Amino acid sequence: MGDIVIIGAGECGVRAAFALREAGHDGAILLVGEEPHLPYERPPLSKNCPVAAKPIAEEARYAQAQIELLQASRAEAIDRAAKRVHLADGRSLVYDKLLLATGARARRFPGMEAALTLRSLDDAHAILEALGPGLKLAIVGGGFIGLELAATARGRGAAVTVIEAAPRPMARIVPGEIAEAVAARHRAAGVELILGTGVTQVREDGVALSDGRTIDADMVVAGVGAAPETRLAEAAGLKVDNGILVDGRLATSDPHIFAAGDCCRFPFDGRLVRLESWRAAQDQGTHAARAMLGSQERYASPPWFWSDQYDLTLQVAGLPDPARTHVRRALGDGAFVLFELDDAGRLAAASGIGIGNAVAKDIRLAEMMIEKGLRPDPARLADPAVNLKTLLKEETA
Amino acid sequence: MARWVEACGVEDVDEEDLIRFDHEGRTYAIYRSPDDEFYATDGICTHEHAFLSDGLVMDYIIECPKHNGRFDYRTGEAKGAPVCVNLRTYPVKVEDGRVFIDLG
Ligand SMILES: Cc1cc2nc3c(=O)[nH]c(=O)nc-3n(C[C@H](O)[C@H](O)[C@H](O)COP(=O)(O)OP(=O)(O)OC[C@H]3O[C@@H](n4cnc5c(N)ncnc54)[C@H](O)[C@@H]3O)c2cc1C
Ligand code: FES
Repeated sequence: MGDIVIIGAGECGVRAAFALREAGHDGAILLVGEEPHLPYERPPLSKNCPVAAKPIAEEARYAQAQIELLQASRAEAIDRAAKRVHLADGRSLVYDKLLLATGARARRFPGMEAALTLRSLDDAHAILEALGPGLKLAIVGGGFIGLELAATARGRGAAVTVIEAAPRPMARIVPGEIAEAVAARHRAAGVELILGTGVTQVREDGVALSDGRTIDADMVVAGVGAAPETRLAEAAGLKVDNGILVDGRLATSDPHIFAAGDCCRFPFDGRLVRLESWRAAQDQGTHAARAMLGSQERYASPPWFWSDQYDLTLQVAGLPDPARTHVRRALGDGAFVLFELDDAGRLAAASGIGIGNAVAKDIRLAEMMIEKGLRPDPARLADPAVNLKTLLKEETA
Repeated sequence: MARWVEACGVEDVDEEDLIRFDHEGRTYAIYRSPDDEFYATDGICTHEHAFLSDGLVMDYIIECPKHNGRFDYRTGEAKGAPVCVNLRTYPVKVEDGRVFIDLG
């Protein structure tokens, strides 16, 4: 096997590079990243203040695994006929197989040009270093990054307003009851949550709302989702539709080019999905690495996601859908898990929230049940006295 | 030098499970394997601050509750991303139904 080039040195690209070596690849591995920093984890950026870059892997490990890490190098074009990647500095790299792990970038809607966004380490420095008592922070969008930032900013004593167009925060990713619990926790912490209200204009000194009000702010951050970084793929003529389209092996419409992580849209449970999930970025990186070495396996891991806000952690396995039958399992201290069963009685998703890691074990077990396509008895799921591990084993037997 | 500390009773830990044991300001994890052996490791993940006692034991693997980092609790070996630093392990002995770990 010849040389493998990976574009994007984030969670997915780095994971793929190491997985190639672990799977026995003995050709060159070139990992191209446009950021100047040693590849770092993004999730702490909205959760921890002060900012401390957490490397995905220590620098020495790249050399040990003979991974050539090209930092501050942007890939500008892919020449599919010549199987070459052109870099911004004029160099070009020949590949036998190419992985696109270009991730996503923070979205900004028209009228929000003046807002800051939080995606990179540099963004985090710019935002978090300003947090403190006396700062008025407005956050546009009640998604998980905006809400995590709100919690972190309250921890630093800043006054925080969150404006969300939907009637509930995090509406796209968690069931309503969990969204309500999150909203209540933010209100208790003193965050002003303005729901069901749009933003018409972000200005230097505040935010104009669709209901005519203006919110004064010293700093405005937009957390309105991320757009997949597909420009290279599009320019190279690969199929792109809200993400680089891949098949079950994570191959693009060019059999020599694969895509994984936040930039791709892949088949899951009979439809195409695009995730913004740290675990999926890792798992897909690993999967794509094996696929590039010839594995025919299909990627089938259920999505898994978590968010930390204040002392609460929420976790989600599968893709929540309000149309499904919900089963509630109450754990101690206000923690609970919502299981979702599809029409055939199969467990399709589970979401939970609680203090610390109260729901972690049950969500992990639910994830295994989802993966195995099990049809657990709803009454037993709901009964906190029933150990889900026992249930998993019985159902698998 | 060995310094045996009594951690718990045999019955305090279910098979294929673990409990948390705090001693002198440190946290440890005591495991009982599916073949009924006892093991001990540090009780906090090497990735971030998470108590492994909230995690799931499957066979000889403890999975961290926070981001599912996996360790072999017999050797402490980190089994892949996001964990890359091994867990420290401690010798264990069982006497008269009590579990002791060696913090020496
Ligand atoms: C603040 C924040 C908090 C988060 N918290 C959570 C959380 O709690 N739970 C969770 O599950 N997920 C969380 N996520 C999401 C998670 O971090 C992402 O899903 C994950 O980083 C995706 O990995 P990736 O490698 O696909 O993309 P990215 O991490 O975006 O990496 C892509 C990399 O490719 C580089 N790149 C792009 N184009 C080029 C090019 N042409 N040439 C060279 N390099 C290029 C980019 O600069 C970037 O470094 C969070 C994300 C953010 C921003
Ligand atoms: S804290 Fe254990 S895997 Fe992250």
